[in-house]
Amino acid sequence: MKLIFERGKEGQGSALLPECDVPEFHLDVPKREKELHLPHVSENELSRHYTELAKQVHGVNDGFYPLGSCTMKYNPKVNEEAASLAGFKKIHPLQPVHTVQGCLEVLKRAEELLCEITGMDSMTMQPAAGAHGEFTGLLLIKAYHDSRKDTKRTKIIVPDSAHGTNPASAAMCGFEVVSVPSGEDGCVDLEKLREAAGEDTAGLMLTNPNTVGLFDKNILEITSVIHEAGGLVYYDGANLNAVMGVVRPGDMGFDVVHLNLHKTFSTPHGGGGPGSGPVGCKAFLKEFLPGYQEIRTEKGLSFVKPEHSTGDVKAFYGNFLVVVKALAYILTLGKEGIPEAAKNAVLNANYMMEKLKDIYPMAYQETCMHEFVMSLEKMKHDIDVSAMDIAKSLLDYGIHPPTMYFPLIVHEALMIEPTETESRQTLDEVIGVFREIYEKAQANPQEMHEAPVGTYVRRLDEVRAARKPVLRYRFEQK
Amino acid sequence: MKHPEELRYSRSHEWVKKLEDGTVVIGLTDYAQDALGDLVFVNLPEEGDEVMAGEAFADVESVKAVSDVFSPVTGTVAEVNEALLDAPEMMNEDPYEAWLIRVENVTDEEELLDASAYIEFYESEEA
Amino acid sequence: MGSYLPNTRQEQQEMLGEAGYESFDALFAHIPEEVKVKELKLPSGLSEMEVISEMEEIAQKNRIFRHIFRGAGAYDHYIPAIVGSVVNKEEFVTAYTPYQAEISQGILQSIFEYQTMICELTGMDVSNASVYDGATAAAEAVAMCRERKRTTAYISETANPQVISVIKTYCYASGTEVVMIPEKDGVTDKETLKEVLNDTAACFYVQHPNYYGNLEDAKELGEIVHAAGAKYIMGCNPIALGMIKTPAECGADVAVGEGQPLGMSLAFGGPYLGFMAATEKMLRKLPGRIVGETVDRDGKRAYVLTLQAREQHIRREKASSNICSNQALCALTAGVYLSAMGEEGIRKAASMCCSKSHYLQAELEKAGLKPKYSVPFFHEFVTVSEVKAEIILDALEKKGILGGLPLGEYEILWCATEKNTKAEIDLTAGIVKEVCGV
Repeated sequence: MKLIFERGKEGQGSALLPECDVPEFHLDVPKREKELHLPHVSENELSRHYTELAKQVHGVNDGFYPLGSCTMKYNPKVNEEAASLAGFKKIHPLQPVHTVQGCLEVLKRAEELLCEITGMDSMTMQPAAGAHGEFTGLLLIKAYHDSRKDTKRTKIIVPDSAHGTNPASAAMCGFEVVSVPSGEDGCVDLEKLREAAGEDTAGLMLTNPNTVGLFDKNILEITSVIHEAGGLVYYDGANLNAVMGVVRPGDMGFDVVHLNLHKTFSTPHGGGGPGSGPVGCKAFLKEFLPGYQEIRTEKGLSFVKPEHSTGDVKAFYGNFLVVVKALAYILTLGKEGIPEAAKNAVLNANYMMEKLKDIYPMAYQETCMHEFVMSLEKMKHDIDVSAMDIAKSLLDYGIHPPTMYFPLIVHEALMIEPTETESRQTLDEVIGVFREIYEKAQANPQEMHEAPVGTYVRRLDEVRAARKPVLRYRFEQK
Repeated sequence: MKHPEELRYSRSHEWVKKLEDGTVVIGLTDYAQDALGDLVFVNLPEEGDEVMAGEAFADVESVKAVSDVFSPVTGTVAEVNEALLDAPEMMNEDPYEAWLIRVENVTDEEELLDASAYIEFYESEEA
Repeated sequence: MGSYLPNTRQEQQEMLGEAGYESFDALFAHIPEEVKVKELKLPSGLSEMEVISEMEEIAQKNRIFRHIFRGAGAYDHYIPAIVGSVVNKEEFVTAYTPYQAEISQGILQSIFEYQTMICELTGMDVSNASVYDGATAAAEAVAMCRERKRTTAYISETANPQVISVIKTYCYASGTEVVMIPEKDGVTDKETLKEVLNDTAACFYVQHPNYYGNLEDAKELGEIVHAAGAKYIMGCNPIALGMIKTPAECGADVAVGEGQPLGMSLAFGGPYLGFMAATEKMLRKLPGRIVGETVDRDGKRAYVLTLQAREQHIRREKASSNICSNQALCALTAGVYLSAMGEEGIRKAASMCCSKSHYLQAELEKAGLKPKYSVPFFHEFVTVSEVKAEIILDALEKKGILGGLPLGEYEILWCATEKNTKAEIDLTAGIVKEVCGV
């Protein structure tokens, strides 16, 4: 494909702006000297360029997308329509508060509904993504201990199965990371946790269901171990889709949660963003929340800054339009639909696991939640076909591969999350593809290293990309 | 795989070469570079930094992983091989030419292995 | 009730059976009873028609202003029609981070193009794939500059207060000391900066044009900062970069900014786009995704996420930042916007912003609002009045005009863009004149 810079020619472009109707002002400051290279393309060419690019993208709309831990469910169109209403899109964030009552209502209602779903008392919509939410949640934990002058609490405990953002977020907040090993069952090793917890523990970060797709049954004991040590417990909401409406983080003993609206609440991922990562907390942490809280007054809704707010983690009120989409989704599903979605997500995962486990060894045998992890260690050892080879083979069938090589505690891992919006028919077809690939691998292991063969490009030379980075297009000097 | 006789080796897979002036040159072994795969970058310390025996002084990156490089000696960094910044592939292609740092004022060193002991060590580790 | 479940109840039951469970209760039997939800206090689900009608009703409680003279971090620029049409393509909207390069070339290439355009605008060597917004970009830039012995961040008071707030929050988290450099006559006080910078200085952040719209002496500030051995971070307005000296030309080590002016709606503050660009030397410290060019197995040109070993999923607690995602769809928006506008379009937009705001300032002055500062500005400026700001802004609001942002009882921060017509400006000045009784 040509780059946009390789299309069109000088002189081409669109007539977008009118002539200036006021006298031209000559600003008396140093002007840019460097040439400015931007595309010169007609609107037709521009439109075709991006249509061509769109053809080289696989979205949820293009086919099955079982990317574990990412919850690639269908993105309902009514969400998009709600977010495209002029009454939301054309509102300046610093308008007088009486002219933005609708926006405040969106934030307030989303907060109330999400607090009910998570068992929290307050929430901020300011964080823009899951990782940003983690940072914000840990900030609350830090501010809480600081407010009590409990400065010896410098450590955050993270299971070794955790996503890399957990330790990275803890480090950004100046905490030392203590990794606790998982037990053989993939869950938290309680003995090891008790050893790790102490008077230097600021908190524990946990997902439940955890990153191997299992619900940790000892959850009440886990959270009480940390509380008894004087720490707080943080719920990473990456996997909430498995349990929304079924169990609530607040009832499991968590003090702070972040949600991924782009996962659980069906707002699309946009090729990597914008997302939204609201952070909820129990009442005793509310005073530390960053951003603003919406409160009801006689004159309607209004913004207040929490008393000991940690400040702001982003300008304004977060990725507002993403919150609009999530609100439309929650209103659609309601109290019946929320748990039903979770239950079907878990059903679809268990159904697929059951139909594949005879040939693809599962890392854990128990009932999984919304996702399951297979380990291809044996296949890799026996016939030198890796998780990567299987993943790449799926591309030739129009299926987005599962998450590869995560969690790190499972070797040759493929993590499959079908989500609730896939039909049985789709699942059966995909199960068929997995089985066919298995047969191919057994018959011709060598060929598996070639996959994919039918995609627009084939496996890339990532070593070259990293050793000699080319990160921008170079224009010919005039 | 090559492991020259004249060098000494650490259990964390670095080679050590003692120069006549008392300074020590450190690099990654052939075994290490092979296990790490194609290296794409190295984070090196600065001249004058202190290194401690058994502690990380650098890290090397492959496309999908990062690994610490440990110092087998305690001392001060006298020189770093900046050529590696532009050509990390040298660590794969010629690991014994691609030294990382030279250390002076060496006050302590961990127990090092000779070539045959090192080979024995990693073979037993693999098994 | 709405639902997006494709499987019928009967199918669900059959699937349960095939997976070895009698019922959903059996499927969830391993979850301890004591944590299970008894009753969820949510409203019942709604049909699609009811949902959109309810959302429309909420949206109607907002007031859309036809005429906007308010900026302060969110700017009302013209958005070409092509932008929405491209950005709403389902493939772009519903994909995730392009981990699987073979089926993600479209997104990867669009980011590569975006990185190129950001490098062109800023003059910097390298750009990342974007971060959450301009404020977080500034905070991430400060984090990039922190070194073992250099742990103090100096921030100009003339920056947007929200950006300052976000930087302070990030610095509280990481234990970075923040020192504010005061404002003098609408710009950063250079003398104070010179005095206070010491050998613990990691960086200095200045916004240019600053919060008050004023243009800083950006090049000289850079020289002062570098003389102290610290890094120089500039917060930029991307439209202004079509006209004024680039951050690279001012000596910046890192250039960041709010990308919202590049084709994004006001949207009550988000989603927006944070752009980050740096010198080649700082490349390894740049947080977030970066796309690079390479070849595939057959030698065909292709793009891929690269330099990933800097990132959290590999480096974990040693990563430079915890950021995973970028704002890909917003980066795409900026790419389409810049492609549609082209070099001439951006220069024209910059020139119109500048001309219109100066015309607005002149007309408001005749109407009784005195300019607070006498330094050059780009498209925002502050006025002082004898009449209370609130009274002026209320009068404008009654006529459907969103006036400038009140900064104090008698001060207003105004903004004009290419969208504001002469007629609109004249109308505004007329109303102000009436209120001020000049």
